[in-house]
Amino acid sequence: MPASPRRVGLFVTCLVDLFRPTVGFAAAKLLERAGCEVVVPGAQVCCGQPAYNSGDSADTKAIARDVIAAFEPFDATVAPSGSCAGMIKRHYPALFAGDPHWEPRAQRLAARTFELVSFLTDECGVEEVDASHNGTVTYHDSCSSLRELGVRAQPRRLLASVDGLELAELSAPDVCCGFGGTFCVKYPDISGRMVADKAKDIAGTGAGTVLAGDMGCLLNIAGRLSREGSGVKARHVAEVLAGMTDRPAIGEPARGR
Amino acid sequence: MPRAMEATSRTFVANARAGLQDADLQTSLARFQGGFQVKRVEAAKRLPEFEALRDEARAIKDHTLAHLDHYLERYEAQVTAAGGTVHWCQTPEDARQVILGLCQEAGAKTVTKSKSMIAEEMELNPFLEEHGIEPVETDLGEYVVQLADERPSHIIAPAVHKTRDQVADLFHEKHTPLGRTRRLERVEELVEEAREVLRPRYLAADVGITGANFLIAETGSSTIVTNEGNGDLTQILPRAHIVIATLEKVVPTLEDATTIMRVLARSATGQEFSTYTTVSTGPRRPDDADGPEAYHVVLLDNGRSRMLGSEFREVLRCIKCGACMNHCPVYGTVGGHAYGWVYPGPVGAVLTPNLIGLEEARHLPNASSFCGRCEEVCPMRIPLPGLMRKLREQEFERRLNPAAIRTGIGAWAWLVRRPALYRCLTGLGIRVLGAMGRRRGRFTKLPLASGWTAARDLPAPEGATFHALWRKGGRA
Repeated sequence: MPASPRRVGLFVTCLVDLFRPTVGFAAAKLLERAGCEVVVPGAQVCCGQPAYNSGDSADTKAIARDVIAAFEPFDATVAPSGSCAGMIKRHYPALFAGDPHWEPRAQRLAARTFELVSFLTDECGVEEVDASHNGTVTYHDSCSSLRELGVRAQPRRLLASVDGLELAELSAPDVCCGFGGTFCVKYPDISGRMVADKAKDIAGTGAGTVLAGDMGCLLNIAGRLSREGSGVKARHVAEVLAGMTDRPAIGEPARGR
Repeated sequence: MPRAMEATSRTFVANARAGLQDADLQTSLARFQGGFQVKRVEAAKRLPEFEALRDEARAIKDHTLAHLDHYLERYEAQVTAAGGTVHWCQTPEDARQVILGLCQEAGAKTVTKSKSMIAEEMELNPFLEEHGIEPVETDLGEYVVQLADERPSHIIAPAVHKTRDQVADLFHEKHTPLGRTRRLERVEELVEEAREVLRPRYLAADVGITGANFLIAETGSSTIVTNEGNGDLTQILPRAHIVIATLEKVVPTLEDATTIMRVLARSATGQEFSTYTTVSTGPRRPDDADGPEAYHVVLLDNGRSRMLGSEFREVLRCIKCGACMNHCPVYGTVGGHAYGWVYPGPVGAVLTPNLIGLEEARHLPNASSFCGRCEEVCPMRIPLPGLMRKLREQEFERRLNPAAIRTGIGAWAWLVRRPALYRCLTGLGIRVLGAMGRRRGRFTKLPLASGWTAARDLPAPEGATFHALWRKGGRA
């Protein structure tokens, strides 16, 4: 564990902000337990991926400049998402390549930006969490966590420390669930088939819950599971690691109604 | 999809839907992708220096592309010295005319062909047929596709979209007039019948046309790799051998070619090396046991020199191994024909808009979830998602995408840059949506969200935004 607590800027992500605030609170709890001071800058909204992946580079840069300005005061920027962290870490520097003012600022922020779970293990030295979860879960690797940030072992390592939890691996954990941002609404037939394949793989594990580190994948997967009438629950991995599974799972009806 | 058809990339969405609904195609795709993926992983595991070899292969191509004029001139000089001729062609039409002239010069009635994607680019077969010359595909997959009057759906496995039963029916129908009236069932029997039907065609051919995996600048040689040996018979038996290739196929030395071959087969099929690697240099010399009397190379540009000077240069490193197709989840659900032109899959999504126009093929670089598997497995480390994104940027700059999308993105970005207003509006929206969805936890239908709800429900939001709750003092 680091000697002095770090000031961490929590990049909440727009999907957590809108759909699943629980994940933001779980992230804050995990970071605080790891000895960090958590700050949530009010000026943040989105990392800019919807514009970036639609080819709108002018708007992407404008949004990216706002994010850089909002998060550069912190020792680290942490997002409960491989996709948004990957955007800042891998794509912001490329976006401002050759810009004498913004490229160095983008690079500085990129070097200090992390996906939540890998930040806990690799930067804070967290080896176990104080949480319990009775039952078998499976874990879906988001493409950006896996391929842009190399996050694979870290969530599995922490999940192994959760009391009562058993992990059953998917047969194809590295295959895209079909979310892909605007891809899923622009090509619903293709995306729909991809997420149906993912749901089949999840069912095959026999797990009662599917976990992942990105709300995009989770909304997609949870939406498909619910469309199929599957009983498998979907949660962000941070919810389990923070022991916050008392709330309804993603897409599950509110209890007691 | 008949062979001599215009590109259908414009109707990608409809093509994809047809592919998704084709049960035979879905059976074939599921089987082939799984097999190729496992074989590649195993082949890479057996070679500890595989990743280092990928870097080396990339460096060879990058160096060559940076000095392409030099190596092409050197290559031509060596071909000429060996007694062959290089024909420089700007467009597919130029190339077709040169090939027709060479065939007519040889008095050709039949032309055997070994697999070549460049021939597909120039729509060579229908053109030769129009001029009374019969092209015979000798690669088994290409032969199947030719019999079915279709186009290849994969660059190294052209008939991968067909099931064994479909091939059995096709052979039964097309081979019956040749006196082969029994419908065969087993793969070995089908292969044997194709071999027996093709054998006399090789002997009757006047001209043999092959593609090239590499053109070697130091020796003026062309190299092909095959698993069936059909390329050897195609280029050795007829009187004339015509090699067709695009500019970026040149590499400096034979050693460079063999370095790249070590990643080529492993990435493509998981083999350590293709079964046959054939090097040909010029026509038959007096002491040679066999070989063609004439040796020609048709060197086609068709947009490559333009791409060389553009931000898409890196895709010219492509060695056409097909690994990106073997690993692409989109290709795996819709099949190769959906892409509507010669090159399917991720590399097609970059090449096709560059070669036939972004207006024709704007869907292809958009129809990707940017999952990154193609870049991960590409032996030449081509940043395919990044290049697709550059095409989306061009599309946006040139206003080729639908106005609704442009307006939507613009309005959203405007709002994102005004956090206070954004929070006010989204806070309200989420409260309403949360209340509406609280009882069932999800929406099966929502206005303006049919793209989402066609295949899945929309999970209801929890009901308040994180920022609103955090400002109130948290509730963790």
